[in-house]
Amino acid sequence: MKQMNLLPRIEKMTVKEPILVLKDVHTYYGNIHALKGISCDIPAGDIVCLIGANGAGKSTTLLTIFGVQRATQGEIRFKGHPIHRLRPEQVAAKGISQTPEGRQIFPRMTTLENLEMGAYLRNDKAEVAKDMEWVFGLFPVLKDRTRQLGGTLSGGEQQMLAIGRALMSRPELLLLDEPSLGLAPKLVEKIFETILEINKMGVTIFLVEQNAHMALSISNRGFVMETGRIVLTDRAARLLENEKVKKAYLGE
Amino acid sequence: MDNASFIIQQLINAIFLGSIFSLIALGYTMVYGIIELINFAHGELFTAGAFIGIIVLAALQQIGFVETHFVLTLIFVFGMSMAYVAFLGVAIEHVAYKPLRKASRLAAILSALGMSIFLSNGMMLSQGVSDRAYPAIFGLKGFSILDARITYGQVFIIVLSLLLMVTLNMFVNWSKLGKAMRATAQNQTMARMLGIDIDRTIRVTFMIGPALGAAAGVMVGMYYGSVRFDMGFIYMIKAFAAAILGGIGSIPGAVLGGMIIGGVEVLWSAFLPSEWKDVTTFVVLILVLYLRPSGILGEHVSETRV
Amino acid sequence: MAKSDFKKFIIYSLFLGILILPMVGFPGRTFEAVRAFTIWGGIVGILALWLLNKTVRRSGVYQRTATTFSPLKNTVLEKFYKLPTKYAILALLIAVAIYPLLANNYMIDVGITCLIYIVLGLGLNIVVGLAGLLDLGYIAFYAVGAYSYSLLNLHFGISFWLSLPIGIIIGAIFGCIIGYPTLRMRGDYLAIVTMGFGEIIRLVLNNWDKLTKGPNGLLGMSKPTVIYPAFTESGLEWVVYSLRSLHALYYLMFIIAVLTVIGVRRLDNSRIGRAWVAIREDEVAAELSGVPTTWLKLLAYAMGAAFASVVGAFFAAKLSYTNPNFFIFMESCIVLCIVVLGGVGSIPGVILAGIVLIAVPEVFREFQDYRMLAFGLAMAAMMVLRPEGLIPATRRKRELHETDESSPED
Repeated sequence: MKQMNLLPRIEKMTVKEPILVLKDVHTYYGNIHALKGISCDIPAGDIVCLIGANGAGKSTTLLTIFGVQRATQGEIRFKGHPIHRLRPEQVAAKGISQTPEGRQIFPRMTTLENLEMGAYLRNDKAEVAKDMEWVFGLFPVLKDRTRQLGGTLSGGEQQMLAIGRALMSRPELLLLDEPSLGLAPKLVEKIFETILEINKMGVTIFLVEQNAHMALSISNRGFVMETGRIVLTDRAARLLENEKVKKAYLGE
Repeated sequence: MDNASFIIQQLINAIFLGSIFSLIALGYTMVYGIIELINFAHGELFTAGAFIGIIVLAALQQIGFVETHFVLTLIFVFGMSMAYVAFLGVAIEHVAYKPLRKASRLAAILSALGMSIFLSNGMMLSQGVSDRAYPAIFGLKGFSILDARITYGQVFIIVLSLLLMVTLNMFVNWSKLGKAMRATAQNQTMARMLGIDIDRTIRVTFMIGPALGAAAGVMVGMYYGSVRFDMGFIYMIKAFAAAILGGIGSIPGAVLGGMIIGGVEVLWSAFLPSEWKDVTTFVVLILVLYLRPSGILGEHVSETRV
Repeated sequence: MAKSDFKKFIIYSLFLGILILPMVGFPGRTFEAVRAFTIWGGIVGILALWLLNKTVRRSGVYQRTATTFSPLKNTVLEKFYKLPTKYAILALLIAVAIYPLLANNYMIDVGITCLIYIVLGLGLNIVVGLAGLLDLGYIAFYAVGAYSYSLLNLHFGISFWLSLPIGIIIGAIFGCIIGYPTLRMRGDYLAIVTMGFGEIIRLVLNNWDKLTKGPNGLLGMSKPTVIYPAFTESGLEWVVYSLRSLHALYYLMFIIAVLTVIGVRRLDNSRIGRAWVAIREDEVAAELSGVPTTWLKLLAYAMGAAFASVVGAFFAAKLSYTNPNFFIFMESCIVLCIVVLGGVGSIPGVILAGIVLIAVPEVFREFQDYRMLAFGLAMAAMMVLRPEGLIPATRRKRELHETDESSPED
């Protein structure tokens, strides 16, 4: 598999400096107070996961970071720059990508076209082609399906396509919303392996997951969310041992 | 006329009419595909195109340009008409549709309706209540296939329509902006998350769709020889029926639908009393909406969305 | 002034120039510079006023004056709202009742037309406002009422009063026929289908010569009659009085209007009314809660049609003439315009809008031609600026402003 060097875009920073900072972020859906003052740091180069029950606000957090939902209060800073007032298309231009909940593949565009859309903001054709080859290297299945319409792919293939598409913009930060949802265990393992590989290339990963065990096992840090608040922050390894976490989310 | 010629004549007429309906239907389908709004004002955009066409043509005729530079004249007439209506389309979108993107469907529909009334009355006031005559520049020259007759004017219109549709297809499928339009139509939020500026994409849609309608307007004006401020209404209904029939949101569907409606109309005129023709169009429309709202090539239309 | 505002002003002016100058400037073969530039100039002038307004607002002058005057404003408003609605309604009724005594025949006719449109607006309000069904073909029911009476009267000699209930039933039946295919349709499609039905009915009336005499229309229906006992030379007798005079017709229409308002108010506050609102807000939820949506939707159409039928019959009787061209699509739009401008679902709103949209243009008769132009613009502008209408129904205001974003599955 080809090694792609994604680091050129990240300036030399001191290791573990936060690439994304949320400070006291509040989000509302109409009258529903979905995020009640979320604060967290995501160090550059890490894999960080956000776990919690359904409805806790995990997806909302990712959507708020991206500007799809507006933060009514608080700050979000990416590499030091405030992004909480930006529209989604502007956030994308900063170097953040997301595979949202449900994958959101363009159903009537081919696999190839979906990937092309991932590189929409880029103008360097040669490099885009290289990156596409890299994505095919990560997910060989997609190479067989380049001309197939996105909507006809299986769930697992769509997930791979979604991740591939998100990588096409050479993001520094990748937000993943429930990548394991609806997938067979073997596929889930493969996806998480790939996530590790991507992280090794220098992409910071912020992962939202229901499958707490898998998420924590590949992450450096973890946040636990309950009804709109982050109730626990720790190194992932320690969370795996945490009694409360074990009972609530690891089914032990 | 013997049977073979008759069939050929009907075919010619059907393709001719169908091309025009297809162009108008494309305007509907593109706009609906990207913002899920039936642009009630589309009929008026079609009419506006016809009027601008006549204005340009009359001006060129006055300076004697038409005889000397026939091809250039046609380019001018169509070009300016389409450009004008593209402007108009963008203006309407900006003023009446964009502010209502997050509002209820009722509000958007009423705004569109309001725009339609505003535009048709605006044209009535500025261009007059009665028909305005199109200078005949093609004449009745043509050629025959067996006993069936096809005029050069018809040939030109069919060829131009084909050209426009092929260009549109290439643009939508192969250009970056075209793909962005398709992406926006399929999943607006995701498109935004990939950096696509949907305001721009929607604006472009409102330039292309109406421009195609304008071209159709000029064609109709040229062929039938006159323009009226309210000619848009019945064409709007038929083109809308075509767009729905072919599958709203689907570009090939609009073309297919246009051809079918054209064919049906030609056959009806050939065999059945013409006063009831318009009623039939409405009945067909209602039947399609009732029995198969997703049309022939469309994707399944959800019934629960308001 | 803010640079971006000024930039907008310039861009808008240029755009408008590109759009207006060719269309207005070439009604014939030559460029009518004066007319075109005057109109363009006028609109640029309006834009300049807007720019001025925005600049002034930015400087805070409005806010300062508002704070100075707000105590006064509040006290005035307080006193105003304290007045019981009963007095307002009574005053309105008295005003409408004595109106014919003060006005000339032409104005009385305008008044009658006004009342007709108000009743139509209230009827459509049931369909669009309460049940949330966008009906663009409402005028068809008006036509059904008019033609029902005409045919019953001309062929069978049935009197106005007797034909009213028959007309209502026929109207209700048509309402169900039109409503049935639309039961499962969404907003846009519903609009198109209802518009289609409206046109179909008009075209059928226009083409079915044998029954309706087509574009010639039907002529010679008798006016409504009133029978009352009176003393004559031969003793106590029943006298038949034909309502021919405009005054009489006005009062008849007035009574119809009042009854309609009462009827609609009752519906609004009834269980049926609340069920309709439930359907309008969230049909799936309503159905799951046991609301019989099918039946109720048909009922909405039927009731709306019933009211239209009544006015339709009145209309035919008043003119003793009816014609398919009275029932074109534009008329449906006008009625819809009244409902929307007044405030969807709001009874006082519809009344006010009816007066504004029908009576006011009559006053400014020189600008008659611009009436529909203004209508269209007003409708679009209303939706953008104030979708709840002139006098909002309290329920509606919430619905028409930004729809709540739905939350994803967390």
